[in-house]
Amino acid sequence: MRHIISLLMENEAGALSRVAGLFSARGYNIESLTVAPTEDATLSRMTIVTRGSDEVIEQITKQLNKLIDVVKVVDLSEAGHIERELMLVKVRAEGEWREEMKRMSDIFRGRIIDVTDKTYTIEMTGAGHKLDAFLEALDKGAILETVRTGASGIGRGDRILKF
Amino acid sequence: MELTGAEITVRCLAEEGVEYVFGYPGGAVLNIYDAIYQQDKFKHVLVRHEQAAVHAADGYARATGRTGVALVTSGPGATNAVTGIATAYMDSIPMVVISGQVPTPAIGMDAFQEVDTVGITRPCVKHNFLVKDIRDLASTIKKAFYIASTGRPGPVLVDIPKDVTQFTTEFSYPKSVSLRSYNPVTKGHSGQIKRAVQMLLEAKRPMIYAGGGVILSDAAEQLTELTRLLGFPCTNTLMGLGGFPATDPLSVGMLGMHGTYEANMAVQHSDVLVAIGARFDDRVIGSPEHFYQEERKIIHIDIDPSSISKRVRVDVPIVGNVPEVLTEMIKLIKASKEKPDQTALKTWLTQIELWRARDCLKYDRHSDIIKPQFVLEKLHEITGGDAFVTSDVGQHQMWAAQFYKFDKPRRWINSGGLGTMGFGLPAAMGVQLAHPGAMVACVTGEGSIQMNIQELATCKQFNIPLKIILLNNRYLGMVRQWQEFFYGERYAESYMDTLPDFVKLAEAYGHHGRRIDNPAEVEDALKWAFSDEMKEKLVFLDFRTDQTENVYPMIPGGKGLSEMILV
Repeated sequence: MRHIISLLMENEAGALSRVAGLFSARGYNIESLTVAPTEDATLSRMTIVTRGSDEVIEQITKQLNKLIDVVKVVDLSEAGHIERELMLVKVRAEGEWREEMKRMSDIFRGRIIDVTDKTYTIEMTGAGHKLDAFLEALDKGAILETVRTGASGIGRGDRILKF
Repeated sequence: MELTGAEITVRCLAEEGVEYVFGYPGGAVLNIYDAIYQQDKFKHVLVRHEQAAVHAADGYARATGRTGVALVTSGPGATNAVTGIATAYMDSIPMVVISGQVPTPAIGMDAFQEVDTVGITRPCVKHNFLVKDIRDLASTIKKAFYIASTGRPGPVLVDIPKDVTQFTTEFSYPKSVSLRSYNPVTKGHSGQIKRAVQMLLEAKRPMIYAGGGVILSDAAEQLTELTRLLGFPCTNTLMGLGGFPATDPLSVGMLGMHGTYEANMAVQHSDVLVAIGARFDDRVIGSPEHFYQEERKIIHIDIDPSSISKRVRVDVPIVGNVPEVLTEMIKLIKASKEKPDQTALKTWLTQIELWRARDCLKYDRHSDIIKPQFVLEKLHEITGGDAFVTSDVGQHQMWAAQFYKFDKPRRWINSGGLGTMGFGLPAAMGVQLAHPGAMVACVTGEGSIQMNIQELATCKQFNIPLKIILLNNRYLGMVRQWQEFFYGERYAESYMDTLPDFVKLAEAYGHHGRRIDNPAEVEDALKWAFSDEMKEKLVFLDFRTDQTENVYPMIPGGKGLSEMILV
């Protein structure tokens, strides 16, 4: 089962490698991992997308909690949550593609954030499957480059992860 | 007054009440060594290899419960220490390792004796730090001791660049430390404890399974009281020996791969199993699939939540410090009107006696070749069961665990988790320094002892009067045993063709030795080693033992607890 785990950790050198090292040492999967400081600069927030049986996910959350730098861990997939990922796609924008790319971007609610006479760069956010769908819908020959951030997640409503 | 980083490091160790630092100097720690030279609060023990420094600090910690301290230089000093650190990590030993590092501007420049120590040790420490700013030095060392010794203990490494040991700042040692990200639970959940007690009182075939957590948390007293109060049988893991007296009638000995028949059968057939400071390790329960019994209920007490339901699903998890949880349980049991079902218990104990009657540890007592088991029985007899016994890893380790009946905690000191050959001698040095008047025996094999034999020099320099009990069968015995059982007797590289004359070797280091070839000489040799005449001297006994003796019972790898090979 796919799980999305959110955690707060001390914003210290090496903290990321402790988490990454834990996953590789114990053979857990990481589908994506994003991290950045929070509004409190001493804390970083990380979102990890992983897959595993209930037993494995339980171990993952326990092992994460055991890391000294980790302040709080929550499995967002246990209840209502929202996840979003950012993607930038550079596409060909010459000839017939110029209009087609603009139209596709609009349909998927993307934004064109860089324009040259040969290319567009489209910014798009959404759940991972929406970004997948956009890439599927594009003519493969039109895609020059893509970059995705991996998912960031937050609980719905009153579910708050804060120290 | 401002102090240098080196002086601060030394002052911090003194503030922590450190008695011994085990270490080896080198370029990156020269400032710290200069500060050590100018202080008299703690003693420094110069080992002959950094691995031994960490094992000695480890042995000291295991024998006392206090945090062991090792000091090594950067680069090879740190990498040599890694085996020792991993050993301590696997057995949850409280330890602080201080390593030198190249000066901060040189970090990342592939400087001389530079290695990413924090990176290399990350998977085998409870936590580690690189101190880049001298103003953080004292608080970091304080945190290191706090983290190492609380919760589930473990080694913590503090990497200090050379320039940080040179800079100066005001020194004040924090009185206390609190970390928002680290708050180990101590008190168990009272509802869960009540459920556990109820389950124990209703058990028909109860079994107590106690591990190293009982030793580490100093809960032997509570475990013994609980076991006797209930009248339940108790088995100890390799790491838990001495947590419950081995000579008590309720003890069924060690369980696991080389556990007794009665212990393994009782665990497998119990209806309520209470695991205390134990982690259902593969060498203890074998395969989880075979171990699983639908009708058996499991209670698991452990300070580390991640130990619970890791290999085996449990019915009543209790996260907490073992002595506190056991005290709470004892209180509830005493207050309860219910008592364990005596008829059922009697039937159960009778069944266990039938298993015990299988005499699974029997060996040929009339052999004219020295049997290793005989040496250990005699060792137990001559030391009155009151020695500290360290071991290396292999057959001799299992025989020592089986035949030296440990009645007290912290007496049996071995590398259970990592299984580090070369642990026994340096660990024994730490034990002996912690308990200067005590009898300390290092039970070893000719393979293991050669992995850190250079420490005989350290023993000479610091007058450490160990008794080395070498069970010399000219084979890497445990490897040989597996090759005999599972590899068609193809003894690949397990025979030791060229061995030193250990007696002469011991003498070359300034010690005393004796070679024993005959069973009739065993007792006399041991008496000599532990005599008043040799009390202040290291004695190296080279017992030439039976080359083909195997450790029984044995559960083959991946098999279940009741699938033992018996003699």
